[in-house]
Amino acid sequence: MSDPALLALNLAEARDGLARKLFSARELTAAYNDAVAEAKPLNAYITPTPEHALAMADAADERLALGQALPLDGIPIAIKDLFCTKDILTTAGSHILDGFHPPYESTVTEKLWQAGAVMLGKTNLDEFAMGSSNTTSWYGPVENPWRKPGDNRPLVPGGSSGGSAAAIAARAALAATGTDTGGSIRQPASFCGIVGLKPTYGRCSRRGVVAYASSLDHPGPMGRTVRDVAIMLGAMAGHDPRDSTSAPVPVPDYEKALDGGIRGLRVGIPREYRVDGMPDEIEALWQQGVEWLRESGAEPVEISLPMTKYALPAYYIIALAEASSNLARYDGVRFGLRVDGDSLEEMYELTRAAGFGAEVRRRVLIGTYVLSAGYYDAYYLKAQRVRTLIARDFARAFERVDCILTPTSPSTAFAIGEKSGDPIEMYLNDVFTVPANLAGVPAISVPAGLSGDGLPLGLQIIGRAFDEETVLRAAEVVERAAQFRHLPGFVAGGRS
Amino acid sequence: MIESRSGKWETVIGLEVHAQVVSKAKLFSGAATDFGAEPNTQVSPVDAAFPGMLPVINRFCVEQAVKTGLGLAAEINQSSVFERKNYFYPDLPAGYQISQYLQPVVGHGRVSLDMPDGTVREIGITRLHLEQDAGKSLHDQQPTLTYVDLNRAGVALMEIVSEPDLRSAEEAGLYLRKLRSILRYLGTCDGNMEEGSLRCDCNVSVCRPGEPLGTRCEIKNLNSIRYVMQAIDYEARRQIELIEEGGRIEQQTRLFDVGRGITRPMRSKEEAHDYRYFPDPDLLPLALDPDWVEQIRAALPELPDAKKARFVSEYGLSAEDAGVLVAEKETALFFERVADRRDAKAAANWVMGDLFGALNRLGIGIGQSPVSAGQLGALIELIADGTISGRLAKDVFGEMVASGADPAAIVAAKGLRQVTDSAAIETAIDAVLEAQADKVAEYRAGRDKLYGFFVGQIMRATQGKANPTLVNQLLKQKLAG
Amino acid sequence: MALDKATVAHIASLARIRLAEAELEPLANELSRILDWVEQLNEAETSGVPPMASAAAARLPMRDDAVTDGGRREAILGNAPRAERGFFTVPKVVE
Repeated sequence: MSDPALLALNLAEARDGLARKLFSARELTAAYNDAVAEAKPLNAYITPTPEHALAMADAADERLALGQALPLDGIPIAIKDLFCTKDILTTAGSHILDGFHPPYESTVTEKLWQAGAVMLGKTNLDEFAMGSSNTTSWYGPVENPWRKPGDNRPLVPGGSSGGSAAAIAARAALAATGTDTGGSIRQPASFCGIVGLKPTYGRCSRRGVVAYASSLDHPGPMGRTVRDVAIMLGAMAGHDPRDSTSAPVPVPDYEKALDGGIRGLRVGIPREYRVDGMPDEIEALWQQGVEWLRESGAEPVEISLPMTKYALPAYYIIALAEASSNLARYDGVRFGLRVDGDSLEEMYELTRAAGFGAEVRRRVLIGTYVLSAGYYDAYYLKAQRVRTLIARDFARAFERVDCILTPTSPSTAFAIGEKSGDPIEMYLNDVFTVPANLAGVPAISVPAGLSGDGLPLGLQIIGRAFDEETVLRAAEVVERAAQFRHLPGFVAGGRS
Repeated sequence: MIESRSGKWETVIGLEVHAQVVSKAKLFSGAATDFGAEPNTQVSPVDAAFPGMLPVINRFCVEQAVKTGLGLAAEINQSSVFERKNYFYPDLPAGYQISQYLQPVVGHGRVSLDMPDGTVREIGITRLHLEQDAGKSLHDQQPTLTYVDLNRAGVALMEIVSEPDLRSAEEAGLYLRKLRSILRYLGTCDGNMEEGSLRCDCNVSVCRPGEPLGTRCEIKNLNSIRYVMQAIDYEARRQIELIEEGGRIEQQTRLFDVGRGITRPMRSKEEAHDYRYFPDPDLLPLALDPDWVEQIRAALPELPDAKKARFVSEYGLSAEDAGVLVAEKETALFFERVADRRDAKAAANWVMGDLFGALNRLGIGIGQSPVSAGQLGALIELIADGTISGRLAKDVFGEMVASGADPAAIVAAKGLRQVTDSAAIETAIDAVLEAQADKVAEYRAGRDKLYGFFVGQIMRATQGKANPTLVNQLLKQKLAG
Repeated sequence: MALDKATVAHIASLARIRLAEAELEPLANELSRILDWVEQLNEAETSGVPPMASAAAARLPMRDDAVTDGGRREAILGNAPRAERGFFTVPKVVE
């Protein structure tokens, strides 16, 4: 099979092809290694690992030959460079982790390797997962493989999992891991026209994932189709006794859960997600989504999530407070960058000043401030109370509906540099995604259509805690109805 | 109460004790807790705060804390929260310590002090909480660098905070000894201050009797009871002098300079720490199952106060003697084995007198005693059944310490059996009285003091083996004529 | 909330991040804007509402008291910018 033909197969198709011996794992991985190289201008990868990938592919081929295939055997995937991979450079997109080779593997990637997956490399991201554009990385911005027709300004892929999203969209990875703290899987998925799932909090282990905001970080899968994402989730999810916040809940067969349809499913349409200044076409696509679900037998229900508008400020207080503490360990002593100083304090200060980028610095300072003496009650405690109310909003809604449909993002991908002046403008990217992080409920973004200027738009489905099955099933209905067959301007192996 | 030229001053002291929990592994990681290992060989990536590493709590450490709380007659809080205490220091790799702040695992409790005058003073415990120990910074290994060893980072500590109920260095010393004794009884901390498994921070202030509390200073990291007492004495006087000279006490953290016997302010920046406490989002609230707490309570060993009361009632010991014997669990156990079906008072005297004397001389603890409880008990029996005299028993004991042999064997080998044969004793008495005929005449003429001289001569003639009671009985007869 | 330069300098010191004098004012403005924005939370009525402990529903899991880690000094020191004789090193601290 030619490279472009191989690259055109989605994960489920590639799995099938390997099982039927239409091609070997080595051939598939070699094609993807070439794709990674071809996609270099996008800057989606920080550390490609082509040799390692081939070795893993060979091991997969041995198992495949013996008929002992593991669930993801031979499937080439990309890993967001926030996941610690043993003895392989892990940077979190930051200068302060220069040269860091973890002596341990994250639980989620360990599970993926145990499922036979092949690592193509570590993908680029916003520094310490702080951002929604992948423009804050020490390793430079990532380019969205999509461009506006007639406009050759490079666009952002979204963030923070921009590298993973761009790689999948550009067919330089079959699937990828991401993390979602305020929308960092779903929003880039929407900007890049792919599928991204933020599972329930605690569904996937955080052990070995560089922490940004511990109570909001959600590792999760990204892929080309809902089925692909369901397959990845099955391998990534599971209780981890080494993560105290990991959920002791058994992992169902997510792929099997896609069967069954959505007849009788009650779908909530939250009025508060209709925000001022939301482009008409996004509102229109949302309505279209409602229709698609209705046509498949679902029942749309108007619901209210009154605390929605407080989600963003609550998120920023809680996330930044936790981040300011989580990033205190980057001090030049045990790993990463050290800038020497005449005294210990000077070493700390110079190392962290040089090692952290502007956005990270901003967030650490605010986080430090909101926790500081006299402000804890007014900011952090207040935000945690609002968070309880947001969670209650969802709990109340889920008494009347089984899932909720909203747009993923209030806009399409913007040009690199277009929104860099104002942090708050950047924060508003997350307005639809953040509430699900605060409540810990699962949410997926599915590509639903193109905007007037030819860029992908995603729809979001939010579900009950640990009911990823309903979320995936409803998402597949949208996917089938939307028939999103569009390809970005850049695709490894050429558009076909 | 301290008397100065301007009148009376009250010293108010509160102690914060950090007690390392006895456990195999650390509080939130699976690394070992042994003392004295090669640097950085007992460190998990969790302890070293590597990216992505997460804490998981050790059930046994929680049990030890609950057990200690119960031993301090304290309230056990069914729900408690771990919070991060944020500050930067090289021996604190994460830049925060996982501790407990607003909701500790143990609440109010108390410790009873047996005062020298026989009274009992109750000292309140404010709280006990669990927290991580820090690593060790070594500043003297290299001229321009501080070396950091993280072996100790993450070991479980119980922070035990007393109410400011202590009023003198002496009381502070008694409190520490009692607290250490309770911890060792419970087996939750080995109380070894030299190795640092028990550390004490002292808060000291002074005020006029009846007036509001003064500003306190904290003296940190005192690692012996003697230093705690010295530091308190010095600090109280320092504060009094300062106030009398018209100065004001600044709230500050001080160190005790062992060499000069003074406290001085810590040289680091006097910036008030803003610890920015918040609940650790990597953990959930600690919920204790009431049944589990009850199981721990039911399994508590007999503690010093209860044991002391029992020694008084069961063995008829004085409160003071009982107090000495229960100070260490091993000593109490040793004593009870010796006293088993024997004269308890004799057992107490031998343990507190000759045995303690020998152990002190040899510089060892009762756990390394060359004389076992069984052996000491056997010696007491030999005295009780008249085989040897009390006096000679002391020599036998000395031999037991030196050789570890059984008393019966030593008595036999040295032929020390007491002579109880009246005829033999009479013969010895006759011989002495004949040889000392002039003294006998003096005695009969009224010099009573010579009686002791005769006894001494008879004991010498019989190599100390004559039964003293018989000697007295027969000697008096013969002197009476 | 308007932050002044002195406050920004103090926070930076707490966070151990060196800031140049010239950066203080622009940062103060930027941070103030963000804090003003998050203060819209004050509109929300939250009296009587408990703060959310965690999105994780379970109780704190506990592990057995067993030594399962450590004894890997090379792994622990392997990434250190400057390790010596089995120790991490930092510029000397005067206590």
